[in-house]
Amino acid sequence: MQATLSVRRQDPESQQPSSWMQEYTVEVPEHYTVLDALIKVREEVDPSLAIRCSCRAAICGSCAVRVNGRARLACNTKLTNVTPEHGVVVVEPMGNQPVVKDLVVDLSVFWNKIRAVAPYLQPEGPEPEEEYIASNESMLLLTEVMGCIMCGACVSDCTALEVDSNFLGPAALAKAFRFTEDPRDGADADRLQSLNEYSGVWDCTRCMMCVEVCPKGVAPMDRIMALRERVMDAGMTNTVGYRHVAAFAESVEHAGWLDETMLAVKSWGMFNVPKLIAALPVGLRALKRGKLPMPAPFHKKRPGHENVARIFKRLEGQK
Amino acid sequence: MKYTFYPGCVSRGGAPELYTSTMAVAEKLGLELEEIVGAACTGAGVLQEKGIKLGDTLNARTFAMAERMGHTTIVNICSTGQGVMAQANYRLLNTPGYLEEINEILKEEGLEYQGRVVIKHLAWVLVEEIGLDALRPLIVRPLTELHIAPFYGCYILRPSWALGIDENPGREQYLEQIIEACGGEPVNFPGRTKCCGFPILMINERNSVAMVGNHTLSAKDHGADAMVTPCPLCHLNLDGYQPKASSQKGTKINMPILHLPQLVGMAMGLSDRELGMHRHVVSTKDVMAKASVRA
Ligand code: SF4
Ligand code: SF4
Ligand code: FES
Repeated sequence: MQATLSVRRQDPESQQPSSWMQEYTVEVPEHYTVLDALIKVREEVDPSLAIRCSCRAAICGSCAVRVNGRARLACNTKLTNVTPEHGVVVVEPMGNQPVVKDLVVDLSVFWNKIRAVAPYLQPEGPEPEEEYIASNESMLLLTEVMGCIMCGACVSDCTALEVDSNFLGPAALAKAFRFTEDPRDGADADRLQSLNEYSGVWDCTRCMMCVEVCPKGVAPMDRIMALRERVMDAGMTNTVGYRHVAAFAESVEHAGWLDETMLAVKSWGMFNVPKLIAALPVGLRALKRGKLPMPAPFHKKRPGHENVARIFKRLEGQK
Repeated sequence: MKYTFYPGCVSRGGAPELYTSTMAVAEKLGLELEEIVGAACTGAGVLQEKGIKLGDTLNARTFAMAERMGHTTIVNICSTGQGVMAQANYRLLNTPGYLEEINEILKEEGLEYQGRVVIKHLAWVLVEEIGLDALRPLIVRPLTELHIAPFYGCYILRPSWALGIDENPGREQYLEQIIEACGGEPVNFPGRTKCCGFPILMINERNSVAMVGNHTLSAKDHGADAMVTPCPLCHLNLDGYQPKASSQKGTKINMPILHLPQLVGMAMGLSDRELGMHRHVVSTKDVMAKASVRA
């Protein structure tokens, strides 16, 4: 079959630093992956095309690129699965990381974030005489997270990173989860403390992009949500994030549904006067258009709300 | 056609125009929407941070109520609610022993979820059940002059396995299909499937508003007259916080944001009052004027 690839090319250090799209058409067998086709292009058509790869078997994590706008491992993406009707497969470098050349990005952005979460065991107490023992169950929980191959696909497509490069991002936060959950690690309190700050667990928008693009089922966002639960359970309550969840839960537990106006007030803090005043224009615009819902005590309860409250009590009790 | 209807908290709170426009459009389509009385909030992903099981129990309760009503397809007009429900349903049906565990809790209220519920967004019902061929004859004011950028957001697309995208790949294009059926021209732009920023609005307003600015401006750069969204939370942010995004970006954006039923209702010839356009922060006057060109 014929494969047509439209590849974003860029050589930031050259005379012409901005990027352009270049189309290549090559004859390939049906079973070819995007990586196979790119390598064929490099070998037979254009030796100047830069790509990075090694294992060609979805293990080393070096070949992540964007295919039709979504991050994937080029080596485990079959061409036939991503070729649209018009026949052109668009291949671009990963996002949120600077391009070195063509499809090769500078991974230092990725690694610096991983380093920032102290990605190693920090056991406490006296060293055991033999090895540190971890139960099977505790490790089972971690097998998926430990499957991360550091490909950067999640970082590429993270929507929070797109607007704030300080955010630790999905891969590093999943790595942080891996250590907070490890029974051999003794640094939980410090870890949670720093993850509770700006750029940590609360800055994720819950967009699920990382869950969708991760080729290894690491589900970074799910780990970030688990970390939010951990910091809250550890009593770290002085964040807007915590107050937001608490006020949301309180409203649903109390009335069966959401009290949006009270949610805003309580999330920022009842006595956060500057913030509440800053929010006034938005509130007034909403009020003028009949869109500011009446807060408690005017927020009406749903029929059957007492059953909702009962479910809350029962499940809280299980913690 | 009769459906179980879950309006969600926001269409009853901060975005009432979504509720009224849905009802107006449903009437034209002959859709009977029967609300699940006493259904709780889906948790919107926030309650789930407190504990997944809490959210799943509340949603299983809603599903059990829907089963008891007899029609097992639940129609949502909030894609966040739809996505959260779909994720809950996916876990309930695919985790061994989980459904039984949750049913233990529901038993106290005399409810049991049998696993028969199908969760759909109004957009899916329009394309998959009513069919665009049935919609087309109702279009009396084709939106021929309008370029519309579809903003899917997150929950109607991800995670793809909970939303059956692999089995129904067309679901990634339904908004475009509906825009076309209404006579408009869909605009492709980079923000199409990204996050609107609403979930972190209160936590990190700067970042949230930056997302609003990026998406509305990129839709504008790609020639859009308006954006349409299946999610009232996206609407709250893209519309309500657009003035802040304008000042953050230092440029007037002025991108009208439509709820999906408003778009369809416009093409059906409903008035801006009926569609609740007066409730928007960014004026929809120009869009309505363009829509009326051939009326
Ligand atoms: S869910 Fe959070 S971490 Fe994952 S891509 Fe979205 S914003 Fe980034
Ligand atoms: S979490 Fe998944 S997508 Fe992210 S670096 Fe690891 S393997 Fe790649
Ligand atoms: S080349 Fe190793 S993961 Fe693709």
